[in-house]
Amino acid sequence: MAAASRNIQLDDKGRLKHFLTIEGLKRELLVEILDTAESFATLPGRPVKKVPLLRGKIITNLFFETSTRTRTTFELAAKLLSADVLNLNISTSATTKGETLLDTLRNLEAMHSDMFVVRHAQSGAAHFIASHAAAGVSVINAGDGRHAHPTQAMLDMFTIRKHKGDFTALRVAIVGDILHSRVARSQILALNTLGVTEVRVIGPRTLLPTEARALGVHVYHSLAEGVKDVDVVIMLRLQKERMEGALLPSEHEYFRLYGLTDERLENAKPDAIVMHPGPINRGVEMESAVADGPRSVILQQVSYGIAVRMAVMSMAMQVRDSGGAA
Amino acid sequence: MTTTRTFMQHDAVLGLLEGMAGLLRDRLNARGCTDPAMIGIHTGGVWVARHLHQLLGLREPLGTLDISFYRDDFTRIGMNPQVRPSSVPFEVEDRHIVLVDDVLQTGRTIRAALNEIFDFGRPASVLLVTLIERSGRELPIQPDVVGLEPPLLPHEHIRVNGPDPLSVEIAANRISRHDAPPSDTGDE
Repeated sequence: MAAASRNIQLDDKGRLKHFLTIEGLKRELLVEILDTAESFATLPGRPVKKVPLLRGKIITNLFFETSTRTRTTFELAAKLLSADVLNLNISTSATTKGETLLDTLRNLEAMHSDMFVVRHAQSGAAHFIASHAAAGVSVINAGDGRHAHPTQAMLDMFTIRKHKGDFTALRVAIVGDILHSRVARSQILALNTLGVTEVRVIGPRTLLPTEARALGVHVYHSLAEGVKDVDVVIMLRLQKERMEGALLPSEHEYFRLYGLTDERLENAKPDAIVMHPGPINRGVEMESAVADGPRSVILQQVSYGIAVRMAVMSMAMQVRDSGGAA
Repeated sequence: MTTTRTFMQHDAVLGLLEGMAGLLRDRLNARGCTDPAMIGIHTGGVWVARHLHQLLGLREPLGTLDISFYRDDFTRIGMNPQVRPSSVPFEVEDRHIVLVDDVLQTGRTIRAALNEIFDFGRPASVLLVTLIERSGRELPIQPDVVGLEPPLLPHEHIRVNGPDPLSVEIAANRISRHDAPPSDTGDE
């Protein structure tokens, strides 16, 4: 466990304490997250959808960047675990009055928060908070800059496993703005950790990171070639808010080259599924016929996101009183 | 240092279950419980319940509970890595429920199971059946039908192995059972 103890995300027994990035996590742990989520996924069919697992815990959603879907599903996940939830939109709060990140953190700790769910435009923000948080407080990264969005990646893995079962035989294509996408980075790490046959990234040169090949992916610049015989097509949102300068000629031009259409999907396997982390720019990343079509699993991703976030939150909270043996 | 001895073999357990089914039928009749439904607690309780369910010829399919999300020691010993979804494929509201577990010791598992059952609805009644009852109760929970009550020393653990063959074994060890290597047993 010497290696594990150096990973800030794990406790001395190798269990999840913070969930900041897929990097450095073993396949067994990722599978444990998926298996745990599987049980939570059955709860919505019950008369009482809540379980009392985190009763009496306080979870603070600390969002320095706007989000609807992610914040809402984290909030719902916490509530379904019976935790109490505090939502803070820091962009409209004290930081605009000059309070530092650490001061904000200390104030929230004084309110006895047990867990922070952090989204921040700066890469490494969640890691910073995790390394400064009081012992016993867990931090979940809900997206930091261009770095990581591990719960999104895990809900995508959950969706893929639901449809495809085994990961090892799969070819997965990730299409679009890889350069600005924390989602893509986390997905690539998760897919490779889970042992898929091949991960492809498809996009214009200006939107692919120069080190793309070092991530363990095959690079394609043509959508038609890239989706040939793949089992899963993951479309990414154009991160217009993170782009600097003219990386794209126009949205229309982008759709002409990289927009997913039924016609272009014909190259993929007949049972291929289409995913998108949302929100979709219809007519830019994909046409509506695909987004609403039979191969689209985009709305399932949202539902599964709740179960996966419940799994991660409960796993991170289970080490709370681990000082003594049971 | 652990010593393990088999306490009951498959055939003896089946004989015991037949006797329990008879007792349970009488108990249900005495209470006027018509058309009861049965729920087994993972893992050993489900094995026991499958036999009882068949012996009683119940109409509703067997329900199963994994009480991991309802445990009171979650923040101390963590989550069971093999949580299986609970499945209650019938209406709990106003139904007479037969709750089945393999070993009743502290009563905490039953407490958690009752809480979970109430999240599915308000049952008309709950009747508790356990294959084995042993000392060590920490909550005021008593079974309605018991297979056997073997005399055990405090450091002895009894567990049900299964599902096929079903057997009961007694392990005597000096170390905490949570430090013991994990095994797929129905130990409470």
